[in-house]
Amino acid sequence: MFELLAATPALPLDEAGKYVAGTYIVFVVLLVVYVGIMAMKLQRIERELRELAGFAEQRKRDEDREEVGADV
Amino acid sequence: MYGKGLRPLSIATVAMLTLSLSLVFFYAPLDGDQGFIQKIFYLHVPLAITALIGFVVGAVFAVLHLRSGDSRWDAYSYVSIHMSVIFGVAVLITGGIWAKASWGHWWVWDEPTLVSFLIVFLLYATYYPFRYAIEDRDRQARYASVFAITAGAFVPLNFMAVRLAESLVHPRVFATANGGLPGSMRLTFLCSLAAMALLWVTLVKFELTAKSASGQVKRLRRALDAPAPGATSRIAPEVS
Repeated sequence: MFELLAATPALPLDEAGKYVAGTYIVFVVLLVVYVGIMAMKLQRIERELRELAGFAEQRKRDEDREEVGADV
Repeated sequence: MYGKGLRPLSIATVAMLTLSLSLVFFYAPLDGDQGFIQKIFYLHVPLAITALIGFVVGAVFAVLHLRSGDSRWDAYSYVSIHMSVIFGVAVLITGGIWAKASWGHWWVWDEPTLVSFLIVFLLYATYYPFRYAIEDRDRQARYASVFAITAGAFVPLNFMAVRLAESLVHPRVFATANGGLPGSMRLTFLCSLAAMALLWVTLVKFELTAKSASGQVKRLRRALDAPAPGATSRIAPEVS
């Protein structure tokens, strides 16, 4: 890998390089922002799922308690 | 099961992006006219082509929705357009940077390619408020499909009109007359185009998977008769 990098010409980071770097950075930033927004959505789904699991478990406990009460 | 095959698709996208970037910076020769600045071409043009094709794909899904009445196609259409609008933002920004570097201006109003893309972008930017304005989900989906088909038909028409305008400023890279791209540049460009297309497909699938997961949570909430969590989006179609 290092040999490959050494064999390649250095990137001309002069006036033109500034614009090229800027373009590719904008692309990466947009991609990162999108992934970040999707991550937030995923977090919300996870939170809602946890909430629903808790709700279902609570309901199951209540039902079990009612059954025990009816038996007694 | 929208998430099926997402992992291999993501791996293929990352591999293709890596390959295309390697080709751009280590294989493709410097352009005789523009020099190093021309490297922007390998990002900007594939992004633009993918965005425009994405709009047309959105129209095709909209046709399928109107024919079948299946809300799944509406979701595909919505996500395709949504992703193409995001790609469109990237096209406008990268295009502006390229224009500044090459022509000394961020924007040139007498260049048909730029202005026509802006018109297409602004047209699709109205898709969101248009959808948002309709409360009823079925009507919203139907009207949005009609919009997607009309706007989708406008995209190739617009492309042809620009080609006929024969601008002397914006380069035609696949022109057969007066020399097109040389072999190494063409290969690099095609790899970049494939990478962008793969990225678009992956992100569309990713978004659909997230929407489907959200839809399943809502279904579960209804089945359990659980209280609602608060406000939810009225724009995006619900995916079950």
